[in-house]
Amino acid sequence: MRSLRLVRYTAPLLIGALALSACGSKKESGAGASSDKVVKIGMIAPLTGSLSALGLGMKNSADLAINQANKNGTVKGWKIQFDPQDDQEDPNTGGAAASKLASDNQVAAVIGTLQSSIALQAAPQLNKQSIVLISPANTNPSLTQGQTYLTTKKRPFASYFRVATTDLIQGAFAADYAASTLKAKKVYLVNDKLVYGQGLCQAFGTEFKKKGGTVVGTDFVTKDQKEFGSLVSKVKAAKPDLVFYGGQFPEGAPFAKQLSDGGVKVPFMGGDGLVDKSFVATLGTPTANSYATNVGAAVEDLPSAATYVSDYKAAGYKDAFSAYGPNTYDAAQVLIAALAKVLPGKTTIDDSVRAEIVQAVQATQLDGATGKVSFDEFGDTTNKVITMYKVESGEFKKKETGTFAG
Amino acid sequence: MQQFFQQLSDGLVLGALYALIALGYTMVYGIVQLINFAHGEIFMVGAFGGYTLYHYVLPSSLPSGIALLLVLLVAMLTSALLAAFVERVAYRPLRNAPRLAPLITAIGVSIALQESIRLFYPNGSVGKPFPQLFPRGTVDLGGVTLTYVDLFVISLALVLMLTLRTFVFRSATGRAMRATAQDPDTARLMGVDTDRIIVITFVLGGLLAGAAGVLQGMIASPIDFKIGFIAGLKAFTAAVLGGIGNITGAVLGGFTLGIVEALATQYVPNGSALKDSFAFVVLVLVLVFRPTGLLGESVRSRA
Repeated sequence: MRSLRLVRYTAPLLIGALALSACGSKKESGAGASSDKVVKIGMIAPLTGSLSALGLGMKNSADLAINQANKNGTVKGWKIQFDPQDDQEDPNTGGAAASKLASDNQVAAVIGTLQSSIALQAAPQLNKQSIVLISPANTNPSLTQGQTYLTTKKRPFASYFRVATTDLIQGAFAADYAASTLKAKKVYLVNDKLVYGQGLCQAFGTEFKKKGGTVVGTDFVTKDQKEFGSLVSKVKAAKPDLVFYGGQFPEGAPFAKQLSDGGVKVPFMGGDGLVDKSFVATLGTPTANSYATNVGAAVEDLPSAATYVSDYKAAGYKDAFSAYGPNTYDAAQVLIAALAKVLPGKTTIDDSVRAEIVQAVQATQLDGATGKVSFDEFGDTTNKVITMYKVESGEFKKKETGTFAG
Repeated sequence: MQQFFQQLSDGLVLGALYALIALGYTMVYGIVQLINFAHGEIFMVGAFGGYTLYHYVLPSSLPSGIALLLVLLVAMLTSALLAAFVERVAYRPLRNAPRLAPLITAIGVSIALQESIRLFYPNGSVGKPFPQLFPRGTVDLGGVTLTYVDLFVISLALVLMLTLRTFVFRSATGRAMRATAQDPDTARLMGVDTDRIIVITFVLGGLLAGAAGVLQGMIASPIDFKIGFIAGLKAFTAAVLGGIGNITGAVLGGFTLGIVEALATQYVPNGSALKDSFAFVVLVLVLVFRPTGLLGESVRSRA
């Protein structure tokens, strides 16, 4: 029996060890050799892994804004150093990155995260040190309006801000579009069990029911799941006329494709987590009947974004700016403006300086690439524009831009 | 009832994939008593081999049938060569070492392969949409809907499994494999080149894993550097479920696991979230009542 016992005892150990194999780290050092004092802007985003296309677009956009500020000497007497950290799509890694940045006394502010689930780990640690965390992409309402956002709103983190609007708006906008424009009556809700996906599905379902629709089923996918055969059959049997998905594209794309291949031809709809070129690439041809909302207006519709787009191209970054590039650029502008207001005359970044930066960010009035940027009493952006896209001939085509008024 | 058969069929498709990979685990275990934890990664690299051929080598004007055949062959060869290479470099030097040494080595190989793809394959951390070389469409078999790809997956898996069975039980090499599994020392005395047999075992496992890699790409595009982890875990479970070391057991275990997952998805509330839990509950139950797995033989103690 020896060998069999060996199997049984070592298997859990091995599984644990294999899980660790996903870990690893990558360091990048910024420049900054000058007589100026150094202030750091950190970033927490997925720089490796399946969401890295989005994360690298964020990193480059922040890098662009910071380089421009350094070149123009926007923050007098200070040199901004960029300190991007990889969260590897993992809340624990993201939390560790946050505590690392929080313990660095040169860090004045942090841009990130991409995923709401990671922000929930990072925000408390940065908030303790009054370090601003500003997200270009988080959409879960609880980050700004507290866990009980459906009944009583209470801001949990005074130093957390975002330039992306919430899923209360995004989900409701999508539900409105599904019910009014696509005339859907029965929806099947699927999410990835993460903070963002669950919140988005809930917001969609609530508004969809208000519009007289019914939810014919709910189910879940697991991170890194790629095979959805039996879930497709289950959805198919429920005969929905729309499938709404709350989650990111690495799972959402194969799910959408397998639904379509399996004969579920009704529209597939999701949120900003689906908006990436690899979603379209996975669908292949003929493209499925897929829709996705994204926060903000379409970049090509914004005259204010033209400079950003051409600057980004001119800087020669290897990766595309992706779905959150313009938002990240604006988030960086917000921080740079706050630093320019607070830092001149200061000698170190201490608690009182950080508190002043938080106030300066709260008072932001800025014309960014995505339009006017300012924050309400919860730290949410006042720009509540959502755009609905449909996948057509190999890309996301804009269908409707607007906001949800209720 | 119709839905039950629908899920049963979906389970068979998934199970066929698990079974193909599980065969590699079980054959290697049968011969050298090693849980080859790098096997999931050998499967993953096979899928990348097929993808590389299609994406970088084959002209796009090639008819998709021929392209599919070539992709399949190259994926199988990639996995087989890699398996043989890993055996030669990582496991053979440890042939007489304590049993934990090759086991830990297997984990090392697994991590090394995964990270190599992530770091050195062009843009390797991002999922690659696998070429769709098989016609899209569905067939209705008495209320059960299956895609053409599903049918192809099941048929190819069955053909490969039967070929393997014939090889192991009918050919001279197969007989030498069985002899080595039973008693390597005596087999060597009888003139069996056991080192060669061990390599052949790894190669056979690799061929099946490579084929499974292509099938995975066909039903669950895109492929990425992480697909080997989950597939390897599931296939390992299937092999233990069926009785590790037993070829028929691995196939039975694979199908059982696939069907349990599919039925759990359908009939348990929020089943998709819990299907993996159910798969492992079945494993635990089987091991409680049949510690050697469904078809496992009592394990010989080896010197």
